Amino acid sequence: MDLSYGAAAESFREEVRAFLARAWQPGERRGAELKEFIRQFRRAGVERGYLYRSVPKRYGGSEQPVDVIRAQVIREEFARARAPMEVGGNGVNMTVPTLLERGTDEQKELFIRPTIEGDYIWGQGYSEPGSGSDLASVRTRGELSADGTKWIINGQKIWTSQGMQATHMFMLVRTEPDAPKHDGITYLLIDLNQPGITRRPIRQMTGQEGDHTFCEFFFDNAEAPVSWQVGERGQGWYVSRTTLKHERASIGSADGLGNQFRKLVELAREMGRLGDPLVRDRLAEIEGRVLSHRYSSFRLFSCAAAGDDPGAIQLMMKLLLTEIGHDIALLAQELIGEAALTEPEGAGARGYRGPRGPNKWLDQIMGSLGNSIAGGASNIQRNIIAERGLGLPRDLAMERDSGGKA
Amino acid sequence: MRFHLTSEQVAIQDAVRGTLAECWGMERLHRFADGDADFDADSWQALMVLGIGGLALPEAQGGAGLGLLDAALVCEMLGAACAPGPVIGQILGAIAVAHCANPATRELLAEIAAGNKVVTLALGSDLVQSARAADLFLADDGAGGLHLVEAGDGVEIETLSATDRSRPVSRVRFGTVTAHPLYPAGDPMVQRLTDAALVLIAADSLGGAQHCTDLSVDYAKTREQFGQPIGRFQGLKHQLAHMALDVEPARALVWYAAYAWDAGLPDAVRTAAQAKAHLGEVYTRTTRAAIAAHGGIGYTWEYGLNYWFRRSVFNRAWLGSPAQHRARAAELAGW
Repeated sequence: MDLSYGAAAESFREEVRAFLARAWQPGERRGAELKEFIRQFRRAGVERGYLYRSVPKRYGGSEQPVDVIRAQVIREEFARARAPMEVGGNGVNMTVPTLLERGTDEQKELFIRPTIEGDYIWGQGYSEPGSGSDLASVRTRGELSADGTKWIINGQKIWTSQGMQATHMFMLVRTEPDAPKHDGITYLLIDLNQPGITRRPIRQMTGQEGDHTFCEFFFDNAEAPVSWQVGERGQGWYVSRTTLKHERASIGSADGLGNQFRKLVELAREMGRLGDPLVRDRLAEIEGRVLSHRYSSFRLFSCAAAGDDPGAIQLMMKLLLTEIGHDIALLAQELIGEAALTEPEGAGARGYRGPRGPNKWLDQIMGSLGNSIAGGASNIQRNIIAERGLGLPRDLAMERDSGGKA
Repeated sequence: MRFHLTSEQVAIQDAVRGTLAECWGMERLHRFADGDADFDADSWQALMVLGIGGLALPEAQGGAGLGLLDAALVCEMLGAACAPGPVIGQILGAIAVAHCANPATRELLAEIAAGNKVVTLALGSDLVQSARAADLFLADDGAGGLHLVEAGDGVEIETLSATDRSRPVSRVRFGTVTAHPLYPAGDPMVQRLTDAALVLIAADSLGGAQHCTDLSVDYAKTREQFGQPIGRFQGLKHQLAHMALDVEPARALVWYAAYAWDAGLPDAVRTAAQAKAHLGEVYTRTTRAAIAAHGGIGYTWEYGLNYWFRRSVFNRAWLGSPAQHRARAAELAGW
């Protein structure tokens, strides 16, 4: 075993570092001026081959060969310099890879560049009030207009992140009501700024609301051009399953968890509890799991770099992270004691930068519950580990439902 | 950057697994568990022929030139098979003797590496594995120094009814013995050897926990109730997923602890403590869960899961409990 990235990666690191020292000088810029500076900085990052590495040049990317070590070095150095990387969100993470794999030339031309430059913000239109873990049961309807050029959409979508900011949505709609469940869905792109669409923020248990929360969307004869349909009509379920692993391996989530754990230790110190043997025992027990997660992410990264199959461990990382988050929440709740009885400054609003007391941990204590639900609920993760990882037989109801298909 | 096993390391594990499958099946384990012996010469020979005794020795000293990581991979297989001892003692005995200052003591090395002289651990406890078969005891003197004690005069051995039937212990008392001083109190090698022991015990626990998970999964695929394999029922399926979620991520912690020891990293001591503590918990939880997942058959002697359960009891307590090592880890972190 060897945790160094090798000499080639280290000289590449020097290059990235030199670029950042030169190009990332935001100074006192604020507001629109800062925004424009970041846009220019990202363009320079693309020119150097550091950003949008899997996106072809003609669509605004840097079109680099797959290299997970280089990608990791870039992430580390940008983080170190506190420089912005790619614009985040569903657009870059989901729309762009899906279009690159399944989109028409027209769709790629139309959507990729504005998405990676941050002008188009994408919401995900998958879940519905009646379709959570059983996503293929979506009921939002799509019907062709009389002239056959437009999809007319009626129904409701829910749990859309960045919903108030989103300009567009990629969505699953039922277009063939008589076909078997998984074969009656079409994958559509839609412009959200039109009369037939209403959006409403969902107030979360944390108090987050307004611009800082998920939205639900109501579609009342909303329209999308047929040319914005991705993949074949009725094949939308399979388009949505298109998974791309391009340079996905990173040790970012491990660093995030490690930072959170360090803050937990600091909290214990701050609250005068770090000398308490019970607290020390619980901290050390949690750390055993944090380290297991950390080194497993090294393992996954190493396998990705070598092109080897890591096996079942890759199916476990999300649930592992969720479970450790719960452990941290429980100990944090113990540590903050009575501070938990009042809400922290700026509760419910992201972006509050003022001073906050120990009750700021209420954000993590409640927020960790969201991880059990978002992006594949924990019980679904357990099914995935058991069925795909351990090879146990599928639940009868699900097997019948899918006609034996995954 | 490399943090997964090489094909050579996979081959080492396959060789040990294959050897044990031939010489240490359930029938042998049953016979050994019900017998009086604390050592099994056949499986010992088979393992030593593979070069396990000298695995972690430099090639110049007749070893394979591999590291603690490779030794841990071997110990993982021993744990999986519930193999008899005292292999951990042998591996550590070889490292201890190879690095000691006394040339006369180092003359023992060839015989230890070949497995002809059996070394067992007598560290921090008077309960010692394979004590009746051992030729040498890697023993502490209670004051921080390490010695290699020769079997025979002055070594009093009391046979006990041992909980771990795969590696039975006896009570050992040292009187006036023939001993080779290895490392005085405060020598860094004392800590190094203790840490190495913790990592190898953690690896044994990992192998045992993986085996219990595998057995439970296999059983859930074949056992039928209500006309279905029980592994189709979500209640059991989720229990099995959690066993795997406990065991599989812990593998990388064992790897890292061994790698840190080999590379002499600053966090080697602390990670050894964390690995011992964490795998002690994982093994305890997993053997309990495995027996619960099996139902009645798991509670029988005949089925054999109890041997792994008993081994988990031993590994948990051996050289300090999980809570003791967590307290050390907290101290070492400067908390």
